[in-house]
Amino acid sequence: MLLQHIADGVLSGAVVALGAIGLSFAMKILRFANFSHSELLTWGAYFALVFLGFTTAFSDFFGGNIGPLSFGWPLLIAMVLSAVATSVLALVLHALVFEKLGRGAGHMTMVFASFGIALLLRHVVVLIWGPNPIYYSNELQFAVLLPGNVRVMPDQVFLLGLTIVLVVSLHLFMTRSRAGIAMRGVSENPDLARVSGVNVDNVVRWVWVIGASMAAIAGVLYGLTVQLRPELGFGLILPLFAAAILGGAGSMYGAVIGGLVVGLSENLSVMIIPTTYKPAVPFLLILLILYFRPDGLFGERR
Amino acid sequence: MIGVISYLVFFLILALIFSIAVLGLNLQWGYTGLFNAGVAGFIAVGAYTMAIMTGPSREAVMGGFELPFVVGLLGAMCTAGFAALVVGLITLRLKDEYLAVATFGIAVTIQLVCLNWEYVTGGTLGLISIPNPAKPLTDGPLAQNSVFLLIVVGVGGIAFWSLERIVQSPWGRMLKAIREDADAAASLGKSPTRIRLESFVLGCMLMGLSGALYVAFIGYVSPSDFLPIVTFQIWTMLIVGGSANNRGAVLGAIIVWGVWTSSGYVISKLVPTEIQAQGGAMQAVLIGLILVLMLLCRPRGLIGERMNVSRHARI
Repeated sequence: MLLQHIADGVLSGAVVALGAIGLSFAMKILRFANFSHSELLTWGAYFALVFLGFTTAFSDFFGGNIGPLSFGWPLLIAMVLSAVATSVLALVLHALVFEKLGRGAGHMTMVFASFGIALLLRHVVVLIWGPNPIYYSNELQFAVLLPGNVRVMPDQVFLLGLTIVLVVSLHLFMTRSRAGIAMRGVSENPDLARVSGVNVDNVVRWVWVIGASMAAIAGVLYGLTVQLRPELGFGLILPLFAAAILGGAGSMYGAVIGGLVVGLSENLSVMIIPTTYKPAVPFLLILLILYFRPDGLFGERR
Repeated sequence: MIGVISYLVFFLILALIFSIAVLGLNLQWGYTGLFNAGVAGFIAVGAYTMAIMTGPSREAVMGGFELPFVVGLLGAMCTAGFAALVVGLITLRLKDEYLAVATFGIAVTIQLVCLNWEYVTGGTLGLISIPNPAKPLTDGPLAQNSVFLLIVVGVGGIAFWSLERIVQSPWGRMLKAIREDADAAASLGKSPTRIRLESFVLGCMLMGLSGALYVAFIGYVSPSDFLPIVTFQIWTMLIVGGSANNRGAVLGAIIVWGVWTSSGYVISKLVPTEIQAQGGAMQAVLIGLILVLMLLCRPRGLIGERMNVSRHARI
C-alpha cells in the first residue's frame, strides 16, 4: 500500500509541479499571487477538448492509439494547440487587466483582480461546456502491475515522462536562450536588467506564455488521467500555491520539488487522516512552510 | 402591494446582514490593507456557532443548549474571532500575498470541516430548526420579518456606529498609517503586526456576527451556504461601494445584493430549467465582471475614502 501511495503521489505531484512553475514565476517576476493561474489549467484542458474534435477528424491519417496509451497523435497535437490558445488567453488577460493595474494600482489590487478573473473564467467554462464531467476518451484502460504490487495506468507513465522532458527543456531554455537569461535577470533585479538593455515588457510576456503553456499541458494531463470538470483548476489552487511557496517564488526547480512534496504528502496523508480531509493537506503545508521558512526551501532570504 | 413590501423587507434583511460582513472586511482591507480571501469561512464559523448554541437538541449531533439569541450572537463573534486569532498569529507577520493564500486555505478547510465533522455540524445535511428570535414576538410572516429587520438594523447600527468611532480614534488613524507605510509606523514605535492582528480579529468577529444573524433568519445552516462565491460577493460589495468608507460598504452591499437577486430572477425566467447550472454561472460571471470593471474604471468605488485632514492644517 505504501508503494502505491508513493506512486500516486509522484504522479499527481507531476501535474501540480507543471502548474506551479508558472505560478512561481508570476509571484516572483510579475510580483503578484495570481489566483486565476489555476483557471488556465481548466481552460487548457477544455481548449484541448475543442482541438481534439478537429484532430480526430484526421485520425485515419494519424493512425490509432500509440502503444498501450488511451490516445494517439490527435490528442498530442490538440495539447500543443491548446498550449498556444491558453498562452493567447493569458496574454489577452495581461493586456486587458493586469498590465493596466500593475502600472497604476498597488500589487494587492492585482491579486484581487485575479480573484475576479478566476471567478469569471471558471463560470464561463460552465456556460460553454456545462457543469458535468467530460472525458477525452471513453476507452477502458488496464493498469500495468509494477514490482511491489504497484498499479499504474500507461497514461500515467506518459504523464511522468512528459513532465520530465518539459522540465529539462525548460531548464535548457532558462540557461541557454537569450529570453531565458533575460527572464532570470529580471527575476533577480528588474532595475539592473532594464539598464542592461533587457526589454522587461517582453520578459513579462514570456513569463505569461511559459506559465500558460505549462498550465495548459498540466490541465490536459489532469483531464487525461482524472477527468475534465469546471472546478478542475479551482481544486488545484491550494496545491499549486503550496508547491510554489514551498519551492520559493521564482525557483523553477523549487516548484517542481514543491509539486512532488505536495503530491506525496496528499497521498500519504490518507494513511493518517480521513480521506475527506485530504484537500486540507496543502493548506497545512502552506502554514508550516510559512511559519518555519517563509522564503521557501529554495528561495533567497530577503 | 403587500407582496412588494414583504419582498422588500426580506431583501433588506439579507442585504443588511451581508453589509455587516462587508463592514468587517472594510476594517481589514479598507482601513488596514489586509487581504482576507476567506470571508466565507469566518461567516461559516459564526453561523455554525449560532446554530449549535441556540438550536434544539438533535440525535447524534452535539447541541441542544437552546441558549438565548443574544448569547448566540456573542458566541459567534467569539469563535470567529478565535479562528481569526489562530490564522492571524501564523500569517500576519508575512507578506500580504501569503495572507491572501492562507485565508483562502482556511476557508477551504472550514468548509471541509463543516461537511465532514458530522457530530458537530450535521455533515452535508446541516442543522435545521434554528429558532428565529422574532417568532415568539409576532404572528404572521410579514410581522415576523419586520421585527427581524428591526433587530438587524439595530445590530448593524451598533456595528456601524462603533466602527465609525473606532476608525476616527487614534487606533483607527494608526490602522491607516500602517496601511500606507508599515515601516514608517514601526519607526514611530507602533507595532504593525500587533495592530494588524487586532484589526483582523475584529473584522472577522463582524463576519461571524453576520453569519449568526443569517442562520437565525434562514433557520437552517448547511455547508453549501458558504461556498467561495460568498467571499466574492462580499468583496464585490466592498469594491463597488468604496473601500475605507463605512457608508460605501453598506451601500455596496445593498446595490450588489440587488443586482445579484434581480439578475437571478431574470435568468430564472429566461433560462429553461434543464440548464439552471448555467443560469447560476451567468450570475457569477456578472459578479466577476462587475468586480474587474470596477477595479479598472473606478477603483475607489461609488463613494470612496474621504480625505481626513486635520482642522488645523492649511492646504
